[in-house]
This record gives sequence, structure tokens and C-alpha cells, in this order.
Amino acid sequence: MLKLELRPQASNFWRYGSPLLALVITVALGIGLFVLLGKDPLRGLQMFFWEPVKSAYALGELMVKATPLLVIALGLAVCYRSNVWNIGAEGQFVIGAVAAGGVALLADKETGRWIVLAVILAGVAGGMFWAAITAWLKDKFHANEILVSLMLVYVADMVLGYLVYGPWKDPAGYNFPQTKTFETVTQIPRLMSGSRMSVGLIIALLGVAAVWIFLFRTRAGFAQQVGGLAPAASRYAGFSSRKALWLALLVSGGAAGLAGALEVAGPLGQLTPYVPSGYGFAAIIVAYVGRLHPIGMVFSAVLMSMFYIGGELAQSRMGLPKSITGVFQGLLLFSLLACDTLMTYRLRWQSRSV
Amino acid sequence: MESYALLIAATLNAGTVLAIAALGLLINEKAGIVNLGAEGMMLCAAIAGFAAVVHTGSDVMGFLAGMTAGAVLATVFGLLVIYLGTNQYATGLALSLFGVGFSAFVGIGYVQEKLPQRPAFEIPFLADIPLVGAAFFKQHPLVYGVIAFVFGLMWFFYKTRSGLVLRSVGESPESAHALGYSVRRIRLYAVIAGGALCGLSGAYISVAYTPLWVEGMVAGKGWIALALTTFATWRPARILLGAYLFGGVTMLQFHLQGLGVQVPSQWLSALPYIATIVVLALISRNPAWIRINMPASLGKPFQPSS
Repeated sequence: MLKLELRPQASNFWRYGSPLLALVITVALGIGLFVLLGKDPLRGLQMFFWEPVKSAYALGELMVKATPLLVIALGLAVCYRSNVWNIGAEGQFVIGAVAAGGVALLADKETGRWIVLAVILAGVAGGMFWAAITAWLKDKFHANEILVSLMLVYVADMVLGYLVYGPWKDPAGYNFPQTKTFETVTQIPRLMSGSRMSVGLIIALLGVAAVWIFLFRTRAGFAQQVGGLAPAASRYAGFSSRKALWLALLVSGGAAGLAGALEVAGPLGQLTPYVPSGYGFAAIIVAYVGRLHPIGMVFSAVLMSMFYIGGELAQSRMGLPKSITGVFQGLLLFSLLACDTLMTYRLRWQSRSV
Repeated sequence: MESYALLIAATLNAGTVLAIAALGLLINEKAGIVNLGAEGMMLCAAIAGFAAVVHTGSDVMGFLAGMTAGAVLATVFGLLVIYLGTNQYATGLALSLFGVGFSAFVGIGYVQEKLPQRPAFEIPFLADIPLVGAAFFKQHPLVYGVIAFVFGLMWFFYKTRSGLVLRSVGESPESAHALGYSVRRIRLYAVIAGGALCGLSGAYISVAYTPLWVEGMVAGKGWIALALTTFATWRPARILLGAYLFGGVTMLQFHLQGLGVQVPSQWLSALPYIATIVVLALISRNPAWIRINMPASLGKPFQPSS
């Protein structure tokens, strides 16, 4: 029978091979799903892996969706490396968007371009505040951060709902639950005409560099990760676990809030009940598939963005529900976790009699 | 007065949903496994149960379909976590994310479907008592079933040998292993049982509680059920009480709206989630107390060395 045998050392090959194998498994399962549904699997693959990259415009759209995913995942990577389980990035994203939207609503015809900076900072602050609730409850009351941060996602949705159905509703909006469209001056600057790519992409790439330097080149980043890997050693070294907790949650909350601001003052342009898009949850998968490594997450964010665009295309062109994206995302994370076993174990055939 | 009777009835009903799932998760956790996939299992079970009732017209088939869906997903989770040693939190999360997407994907054709009208269940004679009858004796059979199940579970955990073995696997898997018990197999059974109960709860939501299918209709009840096990310090009877408490909070929003209280509906809808956070914070305040009550090996992987 098949047996798992502990490797003396974690395999470096499978460290990077595992996400690729997981992708192969997911694609194989996807092909199976298409066949099962009586759809042409080749056409399905085309929607997911060719259409999103076939033209400059399509590539731009791919980046538009990859940007928020990457920004959130960068924050989550810092968090998870510290062994802090923030799974409520979606809520921090929403509150970031709400705060950013609130500032954007203050703009009028005379407002200068500086408002963009205020919008972004408000988003970061909003996300940090929402994550700080989780940090505070964990620090002060030892409340489980997984459950608290997740519950706060639902609360964040309610806050957004309250505002767009209530005080922030556009009086001229025919009673639709949405704010008025933000002034153009609040729009996150675009990189070029003819594409929706914005400076958000630059911010995300700077974030990659910043997180890389923080994690691998600073003492604070080291302390943060030791606390995650070996709490006892970390205590012995005098690193504060409380500080690590707060830092992890504030960084990931701030990043999610930033992504919320970039979305709401970018592609969305107003607050609606549809701001929560699942990016906060998808970013968890991005973080894992990217090995919690800043550069790895660039690739996984693009991959996840392909899943989103592919899902939309599968809906419009093949008549499949858009939620197929969620199915593939879940399958990818499942396969990855299973494949990661190969990192620490090797498979061996062994006869039963031994 | 009549409205209070209805409030009590609705509370028991809402509490039953949470109690079934939380008791399932309790079985998992007593064996040392945390399954964050509850929400996903419940959603998949909700659509499986709903579809089964649409096609067969039988509620029992619906509940069975839901339990099967929950058990199948839990088996996948269990094999990964127990035999491949994957991280319990990450794997559970994957299950939840998958379940949200998969249920929406499968359920797209059932959004407009309606279930056939079924006669309301009531206990003869007792249901005719004014007020008390409306409050307690016109419930779905599962509402009474879950109470019996709690007593059964208490007996199983604390009075039977198998219950003792199950708990020992969650407290000290090394000792259980040394005594010759197959820790991994027992954990897998516990995970499957927990999944089946989460599935039953999910099917109850879409078949009886709110008989329809809407994407994401479980709306965090799986996560609240997870919080309930901590809230109850891993004791079956307290889970039931906690479930009724949260059921009451959920129902209070409708009651307050009915009374014409001028609070935006979103704030009232947020109540159960806020209540969960507050209660979790209060109960976790004393870490020593949690440590005493929590299964000692909760969340820790176990691989037999030989």
C-alpha cells in the first residue's frame, strides 16, 4: 500500500512544484467538470487561460483584477507568517471602501487632485480600524481571531448596506441603494489611456518590494516570523508576541483597506451593495498558492484574476454560472494543501506484510 | 402575548439549526479536530437537501441528501487533515470557500423552485393549549429530536466506552495510540459524523426553516456554530442553551421590527454577529478556564510514529 515517509529535510523541489501540480490537478478536475456538464472542455480552457491574455486590452483587465488580490494577499502573507489567522480581509476591504467612499463623497467641483491621496489614506485607515477590533479582542480578551474577523465581515456588509440604503443614498438615484457617482477628481489616476489599469498596480508592485524587504531584510520582519514558527524561541529572544499580533493585523487590515479604496475610487466609482466581491477571501488562496512569498503571490494573483475573468466569460459565452470561479478557487486550494504533503513526506509503495 | 408565543417558537426553531451543526462540530472537536468548513458543508447540504425534496417530494429524502453531502465533504476534509497531515485551519477554510462556490454553481437552476406545501407538524392535544401550545408544541419534529440527541450525546460522551475513547483521542492521542486504538480512524469517524450533522442542519435550513434556495443562504450560521462550541466550553447541554440564546437574538430583530422599533434593519441584522463576537470575547477572557475545558489536543495533528 501507499505509505507516507517523512523526509529528513523539506523538499525544495516540491516547495515550488506543489503549486504547479495543484494547478494541473485543478485544470484536470475542471476539464472533468466541463465534460460532465456537456460543454466543450477546450473552449472552457480557452476562456480561462487564453482569452484573458490574448490582447493588450485583455492583459490590462487581467491586471485590474489582479491588483486588489495582490494588495490584500501581501498583507495576509505578513499576517499568516506571524501565525495570526485573519480571515476577515473581506470585511476590512469593505470598510476600507466605505471610508474611502466617504472621503470621495466630500469632493466637489473645486476640489484639487490631492483628494486622491486622502481617499487612499482613508481606505487604509478604515481597513486598519476594522482589523484593530480583532486585534484588540484577541489581545485583551483572547478571543479567537478566526471567528471574530469572520463575523466582522458580516457586520461590515451591514454597515455598507446601512449607508447605501440610508444616509448616503443618492437623492437623485431613483431610490437605488447607491451613493452618487464620485467626482472625477477622486478617480485613482490611470496609467495610460485605453486601459483601466491604474497607479494601483504600481502601488501593488511597490508593496511586493516593501513586503519582501520587511520579511527578509529587517529585524522586525524576522521577529514577526519567529513568533509564528516558534513562539517559545521568540519569547526567549525577547520578541513581543502582542506587538506581532497588532502589527500583523494592522498591516493586513491596512492592505485590505487600501485595496478597497483602490476599487471604489477606481473601477467602481461609487458605493453600492455590490462592493463586497469576494476578493478578501480569494486573496487567502492567492497568499497560499503564492507560498506567502511576495514574488510568488504576483503569479498567484494573476492566476486568480484569470479565474475571475474566465468565470465571467464562461457565463457570457458558454452559459455557465459565474460561480464556477469559486468552485475552481476552492479546488485549487484543496489540491495545493494535498500536494504540499509532498514537501514534507515522500510517497513509498510498501507491501502490507512489513 | 400571542407575539411572544410566536417569538419563543421561532427562537426554538432558529436555535435548532445552530444546535444541530454545533453538536456535530462538538463531536469533531472532542476528537481533536477543528473543521472550519462548517459553512461550506452546510451550504452544499442545503442545496442537496432542497434539490432532493424538489425531485422526490419527501422531506426525509432531503435530510438524508443533506447528511450525505455533509458526510462526503467531511470525508475529503478528514482524509486530507488526518492522513495527509494538512493544516486543519487552511483545509477547513478551503472547504468553506469551495462550498460557497460549489453550492452556488449547482444551485443556479433551483433559485426559482418552490417546495410543495406541507401540513404543519403539531403534537396532538398539547398544541391546543393556548399560548403554550403555539410556543412549544407546533414545531418541526427535529426541534424535539435535537433535545433528545443532546441527552443521547451526553450519555455517549460520558457513560460509554466508545465515548471515552473518542474523548481520549482528542485529549491525548499518544496515550490512545499506545493503548492500541487507531487514532486516525476514530478521528475520521468523528469528522464524518460531524459533517453529517452539519449537513442535516444545512438541509433543515433549506427544507424546513426557510423553505427555498438562495445563494449563500446559510449566512454565517456555520461560523456561529463554531463559536458556540467555545461558548459552551465543549459541553453538549450548554451548546443547546447557547443555540437557543443565539436563536433568540436572531429572532429578536424580526420581533423588534414587528413592534415598530425605529432602528435601521441593517443594525438589527448585524445583531447575531455582534452578539457572537461579544460572547466569544467574554467567554475567552480567562484563558486558563478555556484551557481546562478545551480538548487538550484540539487542532494538533497526530501521526503515529510506528
